[in-house]
Amino acid sequence: MKLHEFLPPVSQAVGCVGPNDWVVLSTRVRLARNLRSNLFPDRAKKNDRIRVCSIIRKEVEALPQMAGGFAESMESLSAVEKQTLVERHLISREHAMRGAGSALVLSKDTSLSVMINEEDHLRMQSLKPGMQLQEAWVAIDEVDTALSKTLDFAFSDEFGYLTACPTNVGTGIRVSAMLHLPGLVLAEQINRVIQAANELGLAVRGLYGEGTEALGNLFQVSNQRTLGQTEVEIIERVGKVVNNIIENEKNARGLLLQNNPKMVYNHIGRAYGILANAHSISSKETMNLLSLFRLGFDLGFFPGVQRSFIDELFMVTQPAHLQARFAGKLSAEERDIRRADMLREAFRNVERPSMPSDPTSSLDKT
Amino acid sequence: MICKQREARVHLTQIDQGKIKKVDLCEQCAKEKGVDDPTGYALADLLLNLGKPIEATRSTSTVSSCKSCGLTATDFKKSGRLGCPDCYATFKDILAGLLESMHRGTRHTGKRPGAGHPPVVASDQLTLLQQQLAEAIAVENYEEAARIRDRIKALKSADGRVLSA
Repeated sequence: MKLHEFLPPVSQAVGCVGPNDWVVLSTRVRLARNLRSNLFPDRAKKNDRIRVCSIIRKEVEALPQMAGGFAESMESLSAVEKQTLVERHLISREHAMRGAGSALVLSKDTSLSVMINEEDHLRMQSLKPGMQLQEAWVAIDEVDTALSKTLDFAFSDEFGYLTACPTNVGTGIRVSAMLHLPGLVLAEQINRVIQAANELGLAVRGLYGEGTEALGNLFQVSNQRTLGQTEVEIIERVGKVVNNIIENEKNARGLLLQNNPKMVYNHIGRAYGILANAHSISSKETMNLLSLFRLGFDLGFFPGVQRSFIDELFMVTQPAHLQARFAGKLSAEERDIRRADMLREAFRNVERPSMPSDPTSSLDKT
Repeated sequence: MICKQREARVHLTQIDQGKIKKVDLCEQCAKEKGVDDPTGYALADLLLNLGKPIEATRSTSTVSSCKSCGLTATDFKKSGRLGCPDCYATFKDILAGLLESMHRGTRHTGKRPGAGHPPVVASDQLTLLQQQLAEAIAVENYEEAARIRDRIKALKSADGRVLSA
């Protein structure tokens, strides 16, 4: 089966709702594992990588969780397909650059994704909409336990699960949440929050993880330390910080509306104006304006709109999704035009924002 | 921006003593600095002195390369990645300081293959161990008692770190 036939339509993929999804777009738990007595992927020769890949792939595909899923070697996927997977957060940017000897296995609903021969032999993740760290952990823990019965994982009593990079050793766990924080950004409090999270040993990164920019006021918060704490302790720690950030975002929005409602209205009104009327728009500008549109929705300014409509636009305006929709290679300029066409069409039925005369009344909506 | 010529595409943020430092690099500069790899943030952290840099003097004195995969201490310092599971034993000395600066402890306390999860509440485990210690001393099995005492020590220090966070 081809990837585009398998992947659920964007509307379904982003349409699912979760707790606190007004801030938390998704939560993810990832585990890194390696096979004993085998060189890590970057050190291994191609033949060894292919051998290890087929051993692992067979066991992963046999999991009941993967029934009706999708499995493919990375060399068989096109550049656009790989980028689409990155945009859906199903593979890392690093995995997208891999070819022969690396593979991907996805569960039917794409909530489980196993990358074979990324930086480690196995990188398995569970992705859930909204704030569902515990649920994501339980799902991936089960996959790990099942695989540990058939695969001999590299493990030491002292260091735990051994990984290619010592930053992942021990539990091999990366717990992360994708947060939409326009309030904290507009209130210029985001740096304070990032700093506090850093001090607690958490990393705050952009949309696609390490080394990426925070577009669309989207931030990924994740643990950095993996050794010396149990998985549950790490999850609780990240959970606590995320819940704290949610509260901070709520307060920031409240204060903004109280102290400077015109500034907020202006941003949202202009965002609507451009999204609904532009004839050429970059992916970066789109993200930033959709973020303000999403904030306007949270504040109740767009009563006729569903949240899934906004989150779908976040996804379909990304370069690879756009490229896949319009078969054939598009130049960056053509993409910006098509993107604007698509947005104008989508916004045809979106009514102008209706801001309340009493700014604080819109707070109840969040 | 480092070169001030091309558009910056790699952005690193570091918090250092309460101040935010940002480094913006173009793809070429990032490559030259070795931070173009998206998952190589450990390396980026080292570059920005987030973690303690690996001490060169310590590494070369003990071992030069891993018997299983041939990785040298220099290779490791360059890439920040190990070559195989056995590297952890080979480069134990170099790793010790590095792990301490990166993590919350230097001993794994989480899940184990086949054995599942450790008891959720550390204090329960502590009670159990203290009981075992008393028993071991009662039957004059001092070797066993010493082992249990070490485990209690490890547990207490791990617990202390969690509480102080």
